[in-house]
Amino acid sequence: MVDQPIVEVRDLKKTFAVKHAGGTSTLHALSGVNFDIMRGETLGLVGESGSGKTTAGRILVGLIPASSGTVSLFGHDIAGANGKAQLAAVRSRLQFVFQDPYASLNPRMRIGSAIAEPIDIAGTHSRKDRNDRVAELLELVGLPRNSVERYPHEFSGGQRQRIVIARALALNPDFVVCDEPVSALDVSMQAQIVNLLLDLQERLGLSYLFIAHDLAVVRAVSTRVAVMYAGSIVEFAPKAKIYSDPQHPYSRALLDAVPRADPDFVRHPVVAGEVPSLLDPPPGCSFHPRCAYAMDRCRVEAPSLRESGPGRHVACHLFSA
Amino acid sequence: MTDTGLGSLTTVHAIAAPRGYGAWRRLLRHRSFVIGSSIILLLTLAAVLAPLISPVDPSAMRVRFRFRPPSQAFWFGTDMFGRDVFTRVLYGARVSLFVGFAVCVVSGLCSAILGVIAAQFRRLDGAIMRLMDALMSFPAILLALGIAAALGPRVSSVIIALTVAYIPAGVRIVRAAALTVREMDFVQAAQVSGASSLRIVLRHILPNCLSPLLVHLTFIFAYAMLAEAALSFLGVGIQPPIASWGNIIAEGRDYATEAWWVMLFPGIAISLAALSLNLLGDALGDMLDPRLKGGE
Amino acid sequence: MIMPLLSVRNLTVQFRVDSGWVTAVDDVSLDVGEGDCVGIVGESGSGKSVTALSILQLHQRATTRIPSGTITYQGQDLLRERGSTMRRIRGSEIAMIFQDPMSSLNPVLTIADQISETLRQHQGLTGVAARKRVVELLGLVRIPDATRRADDYPHRLSGGMRQRVMIAMAIACKPRLLIADEPTTALDVTIQAQILELLRDLRKELKMSVMLISHDLGVIAEFAQSVIVMYAGRVVEEAPVAQLFRRPVHPYTVGLIAAVPKLDSDAPRLATIAGRIPGPQEIIVGCRFSPRCALVQPRCRDEPPLMQPVSDGQSARCPPRILVLGERHG
Repeated sequence: MVDQPIVEVRDLKKTFAVKHAGGTSTLHALSGVNFDIMRGETLGLVGESGSGKTTAGRILVGLIPASSGTVSLFGHDIAGANGKAQLAAVRSRLQFVFQDPYASLNPRMRIGSAIAEPIDIAGTHSRKDRNDRVAELLELVGLPRNSVERYPHEFSGGQRQRIVIARALALNPDFVVCDEPVSALDVSMQAQIVNLLLDLQERLGLSYLFIAHDLAVVRAVSTRVAVMYAGSIVEFAPKAKIYSDPQHPYSRALLDAVPRADPDFVRHPVVAGEVPSLLDPPPGCSFHPRCAYAMDRCRVEAPSLRESGPGRHVACHLFSA
Repeated sequence: MTDTGLGSLTTVHAIAAPRGYGAWRRLLRHRSFVIGSSIILLLTLAAVLAPLISPVDPSAMRVRFRFRPPSQAFWFGTDMFGRDVFTRVLYGARVSLFVGFAVCVVSGLCSAILGVIAAQFRRLDGAIMRLMDALMSFPAILLALGIAAALGPRVSSVIIALTVAYIPAGVRIVRAAALTVREMDFVQAAQVSGASSLRIVLRHILPNCLSPLLVHLTFIFAYAMLAEAALSFLGVGIQPPIASWGNIIAEGRDYATEAWWVMLFPGIAISLAALSLNLLGDALGDMLDPRLKGGE
Repeated sequence: MIMPLLSVRNLTVQFRVDSGWVTAVDDVSLDVGEGDCVGIVGESGSGKSVTALSILQLHQRATTRIPSGTITYQGQDLLRERGSTMRRIRGSEIAMIFQDPMSSLNPVLTIADQISETLRQHQGLTGVAARKRVVELLGLVRIPDATRRADDYPHRLSGGMRQRVMIAMAIACKPRLLIADEPTTALDVTIQAQILELLRDLRKELKMSVMLISHDLGVIAEFAQSVIVMYAGRVVEEAPVAQLFRRPVHPYTVGLIAAVPKLDSDAPRLATIAGRIPGPQEIIVGCRFSPRCALVQPRCRDEPPLMQPVSDGQSARCPPRILVLGERHG
């Protein structure tokens, strides 16, 4: 039971219809993604814009429907035929923390009502229990109790993110998707929020899907890391392995590109080119136009995610025997 | 040097003092707001207290006092039936302000409801917006003229006519605002928690669409007053002997050369009311526009 | 002694708010020498962008005032210049690029149109000559297939390409100083690395001085030669880049460097700076960092500290800490 994953994603695909002057084309946001999340762990999902990481996170909490595949949360498949009912059954166990703390709180709603919103929607608490819970949540995230009557504009970005986290925890969820929760914050605030998320995980046994573009932040929070590129997972490994020994050329390029706060650091050559268009992805491996190791095979055949070591998977022909 | 432990959990941070009535204070310092709202307040008071300010019956005809110019006894002079123009302008304010206010409230409510429905329930969007386009394709005053003529010359038909004429603009404003708001993260956060469409509309979308509508409605108030005057002037609005600014002017038109005061004073009243409402609208627009709120 | 290209002395900038004037930049001094690459690092509200905008007088004149300070560019006091002189200096002497390349480009004009506009204004180039120069500039910023790309509209380009176009416009008149305000913040990591590399190359090729403003210590460490750290409107530390990262003096600098998540560390928790950044309207007597400082002493709260030299090229606004360091070394 302990090792039963709480989230199982299998062959998840998502396409969007994009209208333009010449008609409609199909945007492949996710092209067959697989991953599991264990109880109490944090899966870090890293990638650049257009990698599909945010789309995956939104599908996991039912904000957008999957096009095909299985999304099993606590054994309920929310992407299947009976998805709506399955989602309703697990809804109180899922939550989402957004990137922009200025957009994720209703400016005309007092903090108390904002935090209590999931409780009010579920209708599970008496008036007194609800207010007690709000006070408890404020304390949990390190905000004064008298914040209840205030409005979002009276708080700084870091404090707002604490409020958003309190709201997410209102119904004691088991699984929280954090979509770039600190990337809009100042460095000194970032560290406070990251530590808060880690503390809460320890105390409450939460599991996170932590979506971020910042590899260093992901390292600080994750148990395992999945690197995404153009709608697919290209590498999946325990945290220590990804950072010390990245296998996929894109993972390496991404790590090399991060600016270091260390003037002695000697940089590898920068990867050339840009992320391909998801409307018209290149044939074969989607990274091959930018890859220094691209072979003929990469240009025609898309590599699948294969086991490349204990607990690690990579989608690259260099690692397929 | 730096706190590396659980400090972030236990530190309770000092928070800047709440701004309290900051918005009010800002409004009260805005010159247009103060001037606009004072004039409107004065006009409203004058309308409400008309019987106290001038104990004369506005419809009382005293033929021997016909066409008296403004004087100590008749501040605004008298008209062709010897009625006191000052009293009639006061009572006319009741009608004009009531029509303006009623149109403002009714078209505001309809715009808010229709605009939010169009934005939130995309299936109804096409139908609602095409209907609005159809209404918008007539000049507002012609549309109102037609409706008022069809319903008969009554206060209620003027209100209905002007409400219909001004709804489309309001619906467009609310719909545009609602379309922006519904994409915001806090709406999605409510969706993640399983909020119903009704809850999202009432708690999240509607409250955040009201500022632009409010600004728009102050202008509608002014337009409606002007349009009422125009309709009454054209004879399809408020009918004599009930005084409205529009029909006082209409009645005075034939004697404009010999008794200029009959038209002048209600005319000044209309301009003053419209001007002050526009000042008010501009001030609200400034205040409610987040880009002008200063800060960083 | 050689005069620096740009010299800012005791600059104070204030913004009008409801209750009066708040100070966004307080007594800032900095020099940019010929060929220098100066980094300004700070969090929100530090005043780093305001400082840059004041140099080119790009702030809102109606709501901003500069009660004291001088900005000298090649011996000319820019704060006294108005209208045509400033317009000549902007673009042809000092150019600037911003964080968001989309809103800096006009969506209804092609790339070539926008760049030729700059060329026409500052260099009087038109027609074929302008076109030739446009293509040359796009090549210089490494936009592939420049001849064809020149006729594209901005929405057809990716964020990275748009920033390249902005850089092309900025360097069109061979400015002597380029001010780059968070030029890579809106970009993906791999694109950020490309843009930084491009800026580094262009700086050498064109012998420009660069002033790079960023919240990202990593970007600063990689790009700048000397660094100015700002906090809540004041400069708190100034040092050559290597020295700043190896031996930071001001407690804020120390905290900021420690708070950056590291790619090569598995510490169970990130180091944090307690408390939060003060708002522009909050009045803090004395050192503005004192409410958050772990080493705070009574005198820090009484009077604003002065910048003091620490060692060669390094100075900081923290007398207590400098005293301690001095004793340790002496």
